[in-house]
Order: sequence, then structure tokens, then C-alpha cells
Amino acid sequence: MIDSTPSTNTLRDSFPLRPARAHEVCGAGGHVFASIVCGCANGSALWISQAHQHERLHPEGLAQFCWPDRLIYASGKTHMDVLWMAEEALRSAAMQVVVVQLSKPIDLTAGRRLQLAAEAGNTLGVFQIPEGMGSNATETRWRCSPHFDAKDSSLHRWQLIKNKSGTLGDWIVRWDEQARRVIVVSKVSE
Amino acid sequence: MNRRVVSLWFPRLASERVLRARPIDAPFALTHIHANTQRVYCLNAEAEKQGLRKGMGFTDARVLCPDLQTAMADPQADLQFIQTLARWAGRYCPWVGVDDDGLMLDVTGSTHLFGGESGMLEDLHARLDRAGLSHKTGLAGTRGAAWALARFGGGCAPDGQVLPYIGRLPVEALRLGNDVCNALLRLGIRTISDLVALPRTTLARRFGADLLLRLDQALGEQPEPISPQSASPSFAVRMTLPEPIGLISDVMAGLERLLVRVCGTLSDKQKGARCLCFTARRVDQASVHVEVRLARPMRDAARIALLFERGIEGLDAGYGIDQIRLEATEVEHLPFRQTTHQGAQEGDSMADLITRLGTRVGLENITRHLPADSHIPEKSFTTVYAAYSEPATGGWHSAAPRPLVLFPPEPIAGYRPQPPARFQWRRMSFRTAQAIGPERIAPEWWLEDPDWRSGLRDYWRIHTREGRRLWLFFTPQNPGWFVHGEFA
Repeated sequence: MIDSTPSTNTLRDSFPLRPARAHEVCGAGGHVFASIVCGCANGSALWISQAHQHERLHPEGLAQFCWPDRLIYASGKTHMDVLWMAEEALRSAAMQVVVVQLSKPIDLTAGRRLQLAAEAGNTLGVFQIPEGMGSNATETRWRCSPHFDAKDSSLHRWQLIKNKSGTLGDWIVRWDEQARRVIVVSKVSE
Repeated sequence: MNRRVVSLWFPRLASERVLRARPIDAPFALTHIHANTQRVYCLNAEAEKQGLRKGMGFTDARVLCPDLQTAMADPQADLQFIQTLARWAGRYCPWVGVDDDGLMLDVTGSTHLFGGESGMLEDLHARLDRAGLSHKTGLAGTRGAAWALARFGGGCAPDGQVLPYIGRLPVEALRLGNDVCNALLRLGIRTISDLVALPRTTLARRFGADLLLRLDQALGEQPEPISPQSASPSFAVRMTLPEPIGLISDVMAGLERLLVRVCGTLSDKQKGARCLCFTARRVDQASVHVEVRLARPMRDAARIALLFERGIEGLDAGYGIDQIRLEATEVEHLPFRQTTHQGAQEGDSMADLITRLGTRVGLENITRHLPADSHIPEKSFTTVYAAYSEPATGGWHSAAPRPLVLFPPEPIAGYRPQPPARFQWRRMSFRTAQAIGPERIAPEWWLEDPDWRSGLRDYWRIHTREGRRLWLFFTPQNPGWFVHGEFA
């Protein structure tokens, strides 16, 4: 990670995400964030969603962030199925990353339980949540959205809006496909 | 030692198989559809007394016997049943062949174990009677003669004397085709001894070599082997318990014992189980099943036991379980493989995870994507079941950039070919900052696809001032704009 302006809170402090924890991401750029996490983890990943969600990841688009061959998709009928699968997958240590797409809020008990499962299996969990539906048990929460810039069309704004072990932050970042890492373009001033 | 062959014929095998499970003390028939007509396939003794015959029309049978009870025939189950009987017949000799609706046993040298030939036949009859199967047996020195004796009245021809015993039988007993039999009957040759009396050269010239071959086989002048079926390996074991059990730990302990035995058999045959079914019979005669579908063929008892845990916990033991049975219902080839200290482990844990998730949501809901050969964006990959496929290795590149997310096309307002400067999508308004395109994609006209009925599509990459980067398309043949995906 290259950060041009040395300061107290750099993206490097909180990204790549702290391993063996569950993290949350909301906003329109959540898919990108999750794909980048899968790409950085350099291992197999499980992508859990609820069956009625009609958005599908396109492997050819995904290939710039991670390896579509290492992804396995699972879909559950109900919210409970999704949470159950998430816990099993986090606990089993078979996957490096477990991405979960949630449409309902999870309560503190469920969130804490998933956090413990992630610790037990040493697996990284990424929960894609609707805006404002996070659980307090999460390690970090990110708000990601695509950022418009007339010159560069691949920018994203990543806001760290909750952090259990550090400070918050707000960055404009770009994914470097060749180097397979996130490059901080600028820091958004508060 | 001279050869001795027992032919065993079950004249009412199919109906008796059904009646064993559901005894009926009335005329009963199995029917099947043959040449667009429902015909009688097999009858029980009661129905035969009423004058019904095999092969007659079902409606005729109903007229003759109005209170006839029927069921549909199931030839596949009959075949399985006769193979079970063949396995059972292995108690008399090791050389048992299935012969249409009967069995052929080469009992040479094994009769003395049952007190001679008569003792053995007595034992055979007693056991089949107890099983409720009507049967006829023929014992002779050749396969053909034994067959003839069993099908035409039953009997036993002593060693070395075939002709006196089968000579009186009709020519059909020689396993000939219908046309040959009819021709012989027309000439007045009714019995086998009539046939033997005729000169061989004329017979061969008139009826072909097959007739003489069959005759020689029956009389023992031509050898005829019995081909025993290779015993199809059975991957099922059961355990009957002296006292009913109900604790999860007890059931798991029983299951583990069964698993060790099944996995031993699987390992001997170089097979791996793909689907296992555990059946617990309760004291009240009800059975409960737990099925585990595995994400890859496996024969590791300890790992499979863990995968059963969830199902066993949900089992209703009722008043207790007194018999447990485990069967590998789907088996795949799994050769021995050199184990390495790395590599296999990761794949194994992933397969276990897929199996565990599959037991709750179904293996069909766990998928992966494979590249497909199509220029249509939504067809450039296929979704396959992760449990039944191997991951692809690369092959994910397209000439033009493709979006990260695809959704079914969502219409937006606009009908001009130029990309709209402003548009509304999902209740949000967007202003176009930059539009890159068009990229024209034509439908695959050789395949019928309802989604592509609107014809050609001109795809545009639209960068909006709001940040979102969307993939829009315009259909020139049917003017309209749609949002189809979103870029990273």
C-alpha cells in the first residue's frame, strides 16, 4: 500500500482487513470491496447470498479483482439459512474469505456469534449489509461507493465508519490490476 | 465327476414378489402395457384357477374375473429380485447363473453337503415354500435337460440317463424359436424322442444348425457353460440390536461401526460413496432415514461420521431404535491415490464444507462458474454444481471490459440511439458524464432466447456524475434503453 501523505491514520492500518474477524461493508461499491478482499486474500472464497437476489456477479468482470475459479457460490432460501451457512463456513477454515450478502439486519447475538466463528476458523468474513443495518459486533464497517472523477474512471471512495481497534478514515482509492493491490489516490479531508 | 445341473424356475415370480409385501387371498394380476394394450403380465394361483392366462387382454381378464385385483408390473424390480435369489442360491453352490425367470445352478460336487441330491432338493423346496415362491426344479446332467425338466413338469434325471427322462417332453422344451417348433409340430414331430429318431442331416438341412445344437446341448454331446453373474458388490450393512437405543451418542456409535464396514468394502473395490442412506428401524416398525450426499466420492469413515451428525441429531427415535442399516446408494470409482503432506488436505476440507452446507440447503444451491464459449454477456459463463465439477483454470478474458454485476435488463426512459444525458434508474436520477460505446452485440440467432427477442444491442459504458458506472444498452430494432449491469 502506498500512501502519499504520511499521517496518523493510513489505509494500511485497517486494510488489508484484520484476519480472523468479520467485517461489514455497505454502499453501492460493496461488491467491489468484497471482490478486492477476495483478491487480496489469495485463496478460495465462498460467496453466500439469498436465493431471491437476482444480481449476479459476472466472472469476466470479477477477473480483474480476484480469481473467479476460486469462488464458490451458495444460496440459501431464508435469512436463517444464510446466517447458518456463514457460520459453518467461517468456522470450518476451508475458505480464506466468506462473503455474505445480507438483506436484513443481524442482531448483536448473531453478529457476535459470527465473529467467534471467524476467530475459531481463522477465516475472514465480509458481510455486505444494507445501509445502516450493521451489527455492533463487527470489527470494522466500511461504506464504499464509486467515485466520479473526470480523468480517472476507476476510483472508489472508501469510508471507514466503524473501527474497533483504530481510528476512522476516508480515502479515495484505485485498484491496481497488475500489482493486485489497492492504491490510495488521495485522502478525503474531514 | 460328472456334471450335475439344477434348473430352478419361478412360474409366478413377478406376482409373488408383489404379494410377499402385501398378501392378498384373492385373484391377483400384474399388468403391463404391451403394443398399446394393457395385458396381463403375471398371475397368482387363484387367478389362474379362474381361467386367466398370461398375455391375455386386461379387459378380457376383468370380464372373466370381476373381482380381480391388479397392480402395474415392474420388470426392473423383478430383475433385482431374481438377482437377490441368485445370491441366495449361492448357499447351494458357487456357480449360479440367472436364466430369464429362473436360476441355473451347477451343483457338481456340492450335493453331498446336503445329504445327496434328494436332500438338497428337499432343502431347496422347503426354503422356497417358506418364502412363498412357487417353483419347479429340474436336475439333470446338462443345462438343456435340466431346463426342459424344470419348465415341463419338473423331475430329476439320474446321472448318465438324459434321454429316457426328457424324451417324452415336447419339442418346445429344447429352447427353440416359435417358428421352428411350429414347423416341427406341423410335421408331426411332437416329442424330443421323435426328433432324436430322425436322421441328423435332414434335420440340419430343414431347420438349420440351431436345432441340432440345442438337441446336442440337452443330450450332453455339446458343452454349454453356465455364466454366473459377477456378484455386484453390495455396499450395505445392518446391525440388529438386542435392546432398543435412543441416545444420539449410541446411534452415532452404531453408525460408526457400520461406516467402518462399508468403507472397508468400498476400499476393497476402489470405490467411493457419493450418497449414503442411514435407516433406523424403530420398535414400532416405522423407519426413519437420514441421507447424506457428499460433495465428492469418499470412503473415510471418520470424516463421513462427522457429516452425519446433523442428520442424526434431527432423528426421531420414538420408543427406541432396534435395527440400523447403512447403504451407500450412489457409488463412484475412486482409485487409490498417493497421499501427500499437502494439497489433498485443503480440497478435502472444502468438500466437507460443501457437503455440510448441502445437507441443509441442497447441493444444487452450491455452485461455481465455468467459462463458456459465447459472446453474449450472460452466456459467457455457465453455472454448475460445485459438488460435481472441477474448477476451471483461467479462461476469463473478454475483448471488451465487462461489468462486475449483471442483472436482468431494467428499462429506463428514452428511445433515441444517443445515450441519454439524464436518466432515472431505481428511483435515482443520474447525469451522464461520459459515454463510451457503442459495442454492438448481436443475438445468437441459431438459438432461441426470449431475452434477446428485441434484436441487436448497442452497449454503452456510462460514467455518471453521481459516481455509478453503468452498462446500458440500446436496442435499435426495437428502440428502448435498458440498464444491464454495473462496472466496478
